Amino acid sequence: MGELFSGMATLLEKYDVLGAFWMTIKLTVVAAVGSLVIGTVVAILRVAPIGALRIFGTAYVNTIRNTPLTLIVFFFAFGFMNTLGWSIAPRDSPTSLADNNFWFGVIGLSVYHAAFVAEALRSGINTVPAGQAEAARAIGLSFMPALTNVILPQAFRGAIAPLGTTLIALTKNTTVLATIGVAELSYIMSGMLEFNISLLFAIFVLIALAFVILTLPMGFFFTWLSRRLVVQR
Amino acid sequence: MSDSPTTSVDDGVHAASDKPALVTLTDVNKHFGDLHVLKDINLEIGQGEVVVVIGPSGSGKSTLCRAINRLETIDSGEITIDGVRLPEEGRDLARLRADVGMVFQSFNLFAHKSIVDNVTLGPMKVRKQNAKQARERAMELLKRVGVDSQAEKYPAQLSGGQQQRVAIARALAMDPKVILFDEPTSALDPEMVNEVLDVMVDLAHNGMTMVVVTHEMGFARKAADRVVFMADGQLVEQADPETFFSSPQSSRAKDFLGKILSH
Repeated sequence: MGELFSGMATLLEKYDVLGAFWMTIKLTVVAAVGSLVIGTVVAILRVAPIGALRIFGTAYVNTIRNTPLTLIVFFFAFGFMNTLGWSIAPRDSPTSLADNNFWFGVIGLSVYHAAFVAEALRSGINTVPAGQAEAARAIGLSFMPALTNVILPQAFRGAIAPLGTTLIALTKNTTVLATIGVAELSYIMSGMLEFNISLLFAIFVLIALAFVILTLPMGFFFTWLSRRLVVQR
Repeated sequence: MSDSPTTSVDDGVHAASDKPALVTLTDVNKHFGDLHVLKDINLEIGQGEVVVVIGPSGSGKSTLCRAINRLETIDSGEITIDGVRLPEEGRDLARLRADVGMVFQSFNLFAHKSIVDNVTLGPMKVRKQNAKQARERAMELLKRVGVDSQAEKYPAQLSGGQQQRVAIARALAMDPKVILFDEPTSALDPEMVNEVLDVMVDLAHNGMTMVVVTHEMGFARKAADRVVFMADGQLVEQADPETFFSSPQSSRAKDFLGKILSH
């Protein structure tokens, strides 16, 4: 046990674990916002009164949800960033490469998890009784105002548990960005493993702990939130 | 005495014909799959008139009520409100619906909004009233239906009767030209029926145009200008309440009244 702790202390000294931890948090937060925005739009498309929009929304969810995240991240990072040379960060900035990695990675994460957010929201919309939409239409609200004032506020409350599950998955899935060189937790883990094989267990426990610290409270928080915000009927 | 169920009888139909028609239904037909739920419905509802629609379950009376603000689409025929034909789904229809109040069997108050916010939502989002204006009017209406003391509570905290009275206040807040009531007391516990009917009688006596689908014959007698009897998707008979209840013409109506008034 003591060996484990001293090993972890060594690693914390030699590697910027805190920096990587912070990177994982940044990726999670920014991609969570991105996927929530895209996912909400897709969910709205799926219930839109225009058939073409519904088809697009359904196609998005079915395609993206059944595609590996790695493919989507490669598509943006290696496709748009490396080969086509698209850049989000200013090209002359000294951190241009790292910033572009970060942003194209975030786009990949957002696009992917948006499909799950859209599904969670759709299940939330299904928890709202049809009478709520009828009452909204009956007082003269058209599609968007009825959605934003009546349906979605209740749908989000009904979707909190699956949205929480999606956020936890997103947190863990940020590790895929190690493949494009974003210096998050699993990226430095592979570096540690390469040069400190005697600390194998310490490395695993340290990095695993960092994720558990993030995801375990998330789980508790979302369970609490879904109970607190449940719509009484 | 005519015994044909398909011939509508003229007695009393023109009880309110001196008033201009606000709602007209012309040759309205609707099917649910193979089921022909509305068969060639022709009906005119005058300004300020209170029309009570009665009939056995499955006779199409709820569908008729819901068709008037296009919550149900129709297959053929025409429905006009204040001379305007019901438009297709979209902005124009939303605008028209704002002028047509609706009270549902299951209340359908917005579950995530407080009572007063239920009433102010339409005036603020559709009529673009400011919050203060809308709130003042909402409190006035809630007082009128007797639930002003519950204004800050949520729908689930109120009894069914209170919720339905809030639903009526919500409809009134839009200053509608006509209010449709789709079995407004059918989901209520018996002891709460009267508190809702009292509000409706009050509205009727104050000149509101109302279409009321109900099983409450007492309400029909007390407040209706005209009773419309439907069976099997057809408008079988219509008359003023006194005439209808004392001397129904069609065998369907006699049969129906015999069943419900025998106790």
